[in-house]
This record gives sequence, structure tokens and C-alpha cells, in this order.
Amino acid sequence: MEMLNIKINGKDYQVEKNTTILEACNKFGIKIPTLCYLKEINEIGACRMCLCEVKGARSLVAACVYPIDRDGTEIFTNTPQIRKYRKTNLELLLSNHDKKCLSCPRNDNCELQKLCLEYGVDETKFQGEETKYEEDHTTLHLVRNNNKCILCRRCVAACKNQYVSVIGANNRGFDSEISCAFDLELGDVPCVSCGQCTVVCPTGALVERDDTDKVFDAIADPAKHVVVHTAPSIRATLGECFGMPIGTNVKGKMVAALKLLGFDKVFDTNFGADLTIMEEGTEFIQRFTTGGTLPMITSCSPGWIKFCEHYYPDLIPHLSTCKSPQQMQGAMIKSYYAEKAGIDPKDIVVVSVMPCIAKKFEIQRDDQGRDGMQDNDISISTRELAKMIKTAGIQFTELEDEEFDPLMSVGTGAATIFGATGGVMEAALRTVADVLTGEDLKQIDYNEVRGTDDIKEATYEIAGNTVKVAVTSGLKNAAKLLDEIRAGKSPYQFIEVMCCPGGCVNGGGQPIQPGHVRNFTDLKALRAKALYDDDLSLTYRKSHDNPEIKAIYDDYLEAPGSHKAHELLHTSYVERGVKYGK
Amino acid sequence: MQKKISSIPFSGTPEQEAKLKEAIAAHIDDPGAVMPVLQEAQEIYGYLPIEVQQMVAEGLNVPLEEVYGVSTFYSQFALSPKGKYNISVCLGTACYVKGSGDILNKLSELLGIDPEECTPDGQFSLTACRCIGACGLAPVLTVNDDVYGRLTVDQVEGIIDKYKNA
Repeated sequence: MEMLNIKINGKDYQVEKNTTILEACNKFGIKIPTLCYLKEINEIGACRMCLCEVKGARSLVAACVYPIDRDGTEIFTNTPQIRKYRKTNLELLLSNHDKKCLSCPRNDNCELQKLCLEYGVDETKFQGEETKYEEDHTTLHLVRNNNKCILCRRCVAACKNQYVSVIGANNRGFDSEISCAFDLELGDVPCVSCGQCTVVCPTGALVERDDTDKVFDAIADPAKHVVVHTAPSIRATLGECFGMPIGTNVKGKMVAALKLLGFDKVFDTNFGADLTIMEEGTEFIQRFTTGGTLPMITSCSPGWIKFCEHYYPDLIPHLSTCKSPQQMQGAMIKSYYAEKAGIDPKDIVVVSVMPCIAKKFEIQRDDQGRDGMQDNDISISTRELAKMIKTAGIQFTELEDEEFDPLMSVGTGAATIFGATGGVMEAALRTVADVLTGEDLKQIDYNEVRGTDDIKEATYEIAGNTVKVAVTSGLKNAAKLLDEIRAGKSPYQFIEVMCCPGGCVNGGGQPIQPGHVRNFTDLKALRAKALYDDDLSLTYRKSHDNPEIKAIYDDYLEAPGSHKAHELLHTSYVERGVKYGK
Repeated sequence: MQKKISSIPFSGTPEQEAKLKEAIAAHIDDPGAVMPVLQEAQEIYGYLPIEVQQMVAEGLNVPLEEVYGVSTFYSQFALSPKGKYNISVCLGTACYVKGSGDILNKLSELLGIDPEECTPDGQFSLTACRCIGACGLAPVLTVNDDVYGRLTVDQVEGIIDKYKNA
């Protein structure tokens, strides 16, 4: 590897040849402002915020895409000229920006706003015509307000990276806009509702649909019994919204905060995840031993399911018929819990806290819920829960740990790792291996399926059977495995797909980290580590060992895959196809 | 200027579709095939409605949004069909200073359509074009191949009537 001697702001450094100025500066503790840059997926040098001076170059250069390729390069990142250019750039962006910051959902967490503060801009410097867009409220999961858009194209890159590409840059010049083909609304294009666009948007142009008022209203209604449950990965990420380090497990504080918010019961969706493994594991063994459709693909991730329905509808028979943990948990709350507690399920409001905004879509899908009732009534994201905690004045970091409420309080280690890519597969293997061998196996770490590689594969010998599995996250990667199945060349029996790159820890509803953190921190791995550590710390690490799961089958569901289990815990899918327009 | 999307129902023929498929097949392995295929599609259909762009997207295996992005970026691509009579008003410098903007506005008002649109009956479409090299006749407009020069706003209605009754 060729090393170059360079100078940054007069100080000597050594860097590998072809490192970008942005990467080099980050390494040496100099933060360069960026708005459009997203490592690996949006390296287009468009926003011009990262302009730096290279001695001898004809003009200022974009640090994010400028490779340092010669020895002796002298770089300046903070001259009066650079500061002036960056400031003017921001003022020009503001000249066509809806500046109602106080009522913007991204107020206090907006990258444009932060830079404006750092550079001391005059927001009224350039006044003139402004583009006016109608807000798009046509989907269940997000709201688009193009009046806040700065055309950085991060959302376009994120959408393309998911192999969906329903948004892009259209028209030109002053009329340029990020929109859907033929001016269609988001509700009329095959968007899979993953929400990755909301996580990367630097401003308030793309935000999750805010359902927090519905939750506050339900809690305030004395006639309603409001039950909340929280997905595995929330405990690994919620702390970030309160300034805690990335990867802090805040399970106890989260439960305490939910109780303070006034929920009548606080359950752990990990229980639902364990239930999913019991059903999905059983389904897999049945398909595997009776010549059913293989490979079987996991069905926990509603964005992934919608993707399959739109773009690979012919492969629907490969999807497990199991509902997701959210939906299983909701179904059990409105049946098993309602019966145990003697409450009419019609009076129960089930709120789920999810790392995902596709879950807002999933709760309203057909063939979920029964008797005209949804399994879950409201689904909120990690970000919305943080907002509720702040609104209620709860001092999150000061809270003493509390425990989930019994009946659905125990989640095993297998359930907690559902939040990371590979987790569902590992959890299923722990149970499937015990069932097929009839033993209580001690070697239960399936390291081959862990980590954030695009596609992970492994072959396991279980009780004389060879099981070949693959794990992937991010729809671009999933598409590769699906194309193999279509071509009749898939060597696998069992595949786990999670919609968002890295799995739920990097879901569309997770805390928003600004570009400079996303680009230079392995968010997915740090957050996943909190879950794998949690797994190690738990008494039960296999779903079928969960005493509350044993109880629900003994008392209520009879056996995994029983008629009753099918009625409550399984679902069906729709061939949507790639359809544009109403 | 933002592209106008036509609301006139699509009326492509199987012959046109076959031609488009040929064009797609000829370019499918080229890098950046979207633009040449769109050009040929516009030759075939006269404009690029969603039905045509979807065939291009599917044929080239690129997202519809990407095709649409290209079609709205370049001014040569039209999302609205041309009418039986296409009225093209020159907005080049000479015509413009001689008042062709007012002529365009008058046409717009009389036909009830904006520039780059087509009347619902398919009779007239309106285009604002760049210099056609007839500056001596400024302000000038063309109706298909007929040229009208040294115009005043009050002559416009008579020109339309001539074609309405043709």
C-alpha cells in the first residue's frame, strides 16, 4: 500500500494513496461538513458543503470525492474563503427552504439547521421565488414535505440501494424535485415502506407518520386498557435519543419509562419472537421433512414481505406463513391475555414500539387480526417513543430499571437477537437442532450467520440431515438470492431476509444519526453487539426453553402448528406486482 | 419548466409496440440505453406517456422513475402528444422583444391549454420553441409547416379559426 506525505492545515500527516480528503480529515479529527455524502451509496459531490482548498488546484474541491493521489498534497479545510463559500452555500439553500423550523418534526435534529448554526447564516440573505409543494400523506408509514427538501439525493440513493427506486430527481433547474414518476403520490407507487429514506434525510422532507397523539389519547381514555410491547432492538437503540452511547442496552429504563407514560401493561415483543420461532421452526421442519416448498424464507420483516409481493410475487410460496413477532404478540394480547385478565378484547388498545415504519403498514394488512379487530392498533417507532418520553418530561437517563409485566415478560436470548441480521436464523437453528436431535444442545452459537456481510451462508449437519442456510439484509442483497431461486439454482433450504441493511437495528424507525456519524461509525455492528451481549446474559437462550412460551402452548395454543395456532399466528400474502397509479 | 403530463388516453397500436420492442432489443446491451430508446420511442409515438415509459423501463430492466427522470430532464422529450395542428411560437430573442410572449399567452387563453399541452379533442397543441431562424419575420409562429410572421395579438384568433374550420 502506497503511503503519501501530505499536509492538512499546515500539519504533516501520512495517508494511503487515494484516500479522499473527507476520510483523511475524519481520521485526523477534523470534521468537514457534508449534506449529500453517504459512504458507498451516495458519493456524488453535489451539495458543495465539503469544499476544501488544495494548493495548486484551479478551484475549491469537494472533499468527499477528491482522492489524494500525490505526495506533498497540501490541503486547507478552514480558510476565510472556505468559510465564506460554505456560508453562502447554506444561505442559497435557505433561499428556497420552508424555514418553519419550530414546527418541523426534525427541529433540533436537522443537519441543515446544525450547519446554519455553526456557520452563523443570515436566513433572509437571498429572497426570491420559492417552490411550493403539497405534502404527501398518501402512505401509512411516512409523510413527504418537499418544501423541506434540499435535493441532496440521499433518499434516492437509499431507495436505489433497496432495489426499489420509486423516488428520484425529476425535472430540471429550479423545478428539480425528488418525486415519483409521473407525479404519482407515494401511495400509488410500489414503495415497500422500509423507511430507509427517512433515516438518511438530513432535513424534515421525509419523516415517519407521527402516531404519538393516538397513543396519548388512548392512554388518557379511561375506557381503554392500553397494552404496549417493545421489539427486541428498541432496547439497543432508544438510549441514543437521550445522548447515551450507541449500543447501550436500556431495557430496564425503557420499561420504567413506559410504565411512567401510563400504559396499563408493558410486555416484551421478545415473547412474540420466541413464539415466532416455535411456529416458524415447526413449519420449517415440516417443509423439510415432507417435501414442502424450499427454501423457506423468513417473514418477520414487513418491508421485505411487501418487496416480495411487488417484485417477486411468483416466490410467495417460499415465504413462511408465520406472522411477524409484532403480529403474533398482538394476536396473543387480544386473545390469551384478554382471556386471562378477563378483559373484553374490544376494550384493549395494543401499541407496538418498533424499529420499523413498515410496521405501521403491517398492522393494517388483510388477514391479520380477527373479528374486525386488528392485532395491533397503533405502531410507533423508536423515534416516536423517544418523543413521547420527552413530551412527558420523563428524565430517561435517571430512571431506575424495571421489569416487564408477567405473562409476556420473558424473552430468551434467541428472541433478543432477532433485532440483528442473522438473529432469526440463529434463533430458529437453536430450536430446530434441539427438536431434530431430541437433545438439549450446548453448542448454540451460530457465528457463521452473524455479522453485517451482505450475504452469509453456512451448512449444518443436524441429526443426519444437511441444512444449507443463507442470511441476508438489505433488499439489493435479497434480490440476488431471489434471482437464484427463480433460476432454480438456489442451494439453500432456509433463508433469512431482513429488509433493512444490518437488520432491525438499522431499521427505518430507528434513531436518526447524522451523516458524519453514519459514515464513519459501524452503527449496525455497535447496535447489534448490545443484542448479542444481552443474549449471553439471559437465563434462557432457546425459544422453546421460555417458560411463558411453554405455558401458552400448555394452556392455550395446544402445540406449535396446531389448528388454533394457525388461526391466530399465521397469515397469507398478496400478489401485488409492480403497479403504478391507483 | 416543469413537464406537462398529458391526461389524454393512450392509444398506442400493436405495430407501434412491436417497433418499440425492436428499438429496445437493439439497445439493451448498451450502457446508458435509456436515452436512445426514449428518442426512438418518441419517434414512434410522438410523445412519452406512462404506458410507453413503462414498456421502456421493463424492457431495459431499469426503474420507471429513472426513465421518467431522464424524460423530464431533457427538453426534447415530450410527455404530452402533439395535436393534429401543432402551433409553435418562437420565443427566440428577436421574436420575444417583438412581443411573441403576448402571442403565446393569447393562444394559451384561446385554446385553454398551457404550452406543451394538447387540447382534449386532440386538434391543437401548443409549443414554445427557440429561435427558428426567421428573425426578419418576428414575431413568428408555425402551424405544422405553415409559417406566420410579423404577427400582432389580434391576428391570432383568425389563425386558429382557419384550422378549426379546415
